[in-house]
Amino acid sequence: MTPPSPERDEPGAPDPVRPRREFLKNAALFTGTALALGGGLELLTRRPGASEAAGEPLVQARRPTGPYDTTEAVTPWAQATSYNNYYEFGLGKDDPARLAGSLKTRPWTVLIDGEVRKPVRVDIDTLQSWFPLEDRVYRMRCVEGWSMVMPWLGFPLAALLRRVEPTGQAKYVRFTALDDPAQMPGQRSPILDWPYVEGLRLDEALHPLTLMAVGLDGRVLPNQNGAPLRLVVPWKYGFKSIKAVVRVTLTREQPQTTWALAAPDEYGFYANVNPAVPHPRWSQATERRIGELRRRPTLPFNGYAEQVAHLYQGMDLRRFF
Amino acid sequence: MVAGGVLPALVLALDAVTGALGANPVQRATLQTGLLALALLLLSLACTPLRLLTGWTWPARVRKALGLLAFGYAALHFLIYLLDHGFSPGLLLEDVLERPFVTAGFAALVLLVPLVLTSTRDSVRRMGFPAWQRLHRLVYLAAGLGALHYWWGVKKDHTAPLVAALILAVLLGLRLLPRRRRRP
Repeated sequence: MTPPSPERDEPGAPDPVRPRREFLKNAALFTGTALALGGGLELLTRRPGASEAAGEPLVQARRPTGPYDTTEAVTPWAQATSYNNYYEFGLGKDDPARLAGSLKTRPWTVLIDGEVRKPVRVDIDTLQSWFPLEDRVYRMRCVEGWSMVMPWLGFPLAALLRRVEPTGQAKYVRFTALDDPAQMPGQRSPILDWPYVEGLRLDEALHPLTLMAVGLDGRVLPNQNGAPLRLVVPWKYGFKSIKAVVRVTLTREQPQTTWALAAPDEYGFYANVNPAVPHPRWSQATERRIGELRRRPTLPFNGYAEQVAHLYQGMDLRRFF
Repeated sequence: MVAGGVLPALVLALDAVTGALGANPVQRATLQTGLLALALLLLSLACTPLRLLTGWTWPARVRKALGLLAFGYAALHFLIYLLDHGFSPGLLLEDVLERPFVTAGFAALVLLVPLVLTSTRDSVRRMGFPAWQRLHRLVYLAAGLGALHYWWGVKKDHTAPLVAALILAVLLGLRLLPRRRRRP
């Protein structure tokens, strides 16, 4: 305690009690404001953590290494099933894992029609019983610059196409996904022109790498990963690999595909992984493998150039991106 | 104020250490620091209209802290981007020159630098208030470029960038009102 200063009672001198009270008031205000600001900003950027899928066994996980498999480390199940782009269930990466539970994958029928001699409407369980299921460990590269290694389980699309016998008129394959806002909450907003549609040239569709997947890592394909039936085209950006397929149509004309319609300058029909052709907003030269902090160089055709580059001989891949 | 503004950065660092940033932590950290920078910049721009509308004086006192915090987060956002691209000046130059999305963000950051450097009381005195004020109006441009950068960075659903742009428009619009009223 300091003794009161002699000036205390002089007229015009400041009252020492008032500055102290003022200081305390200011300090309280300061702390309150600081916490409110910090809390508010924190809420603005925080997102709830994602949940992974449980995954029922589909077949015994065998994972033999075939001619198409990569030996790179497989992305952990928890990340492969909690970090997904699937706008039918929302724009956030963790939305599909949270919301795709509302999708009913049984019963499920797939219509295969168009320029084929034997069009068919078939139940998903019957469809997958037609072919022996194969494990395929593929690299997957998203157009956004991240990648995973996915242990798909499925059958070659070529096997299905041969079964329905394309006519000589068939030049392209159009895939259509489920359109049901009751089961797919993301479809309640017109973010994209639903249903999601994708397409391949017939020779791309018949390529042995092109897979129809029904499982992941020996388990039933989780809903957020495209159950019950999805396309996998490993040398193209991920958005080409349409999920929740209900219809496969052989066509004469190149199909109008969802992302190519939504932003034609950013997403082309071919969408081959190509480090030399940048996205308008970022370079495609590098990518981040999920689980790694550092970027790695992106490989032409996502590392499948040896198998698929011949499909595009003579094409200007800057134009046909 | 500064203590509170640093809080999200601390939580972000904690989340990064504990793995709570999800499967792609670098991307999430980039997005969050960018969002924080823009939010703080908008808050700093809200101070003057708030003071004029309410007569309160405290907004004027916190304005500088908010502006500096905004720059702090913008710098952190840029630093994470640089680290992510291997600190490559060539790649940065290519990105800045060829991609308007990056150009806008980078320009916003660069415009904030002279404002930070002249944020001291001493600078106001040395430059004279009118010149200082003229320089600091660059913040309007920086905020506009920041909002544009946010808009271009979003693939689909521009709701959030639109909200930011509308807030900015209102804040800048409010500045025109009192001046007109002051005239006879």
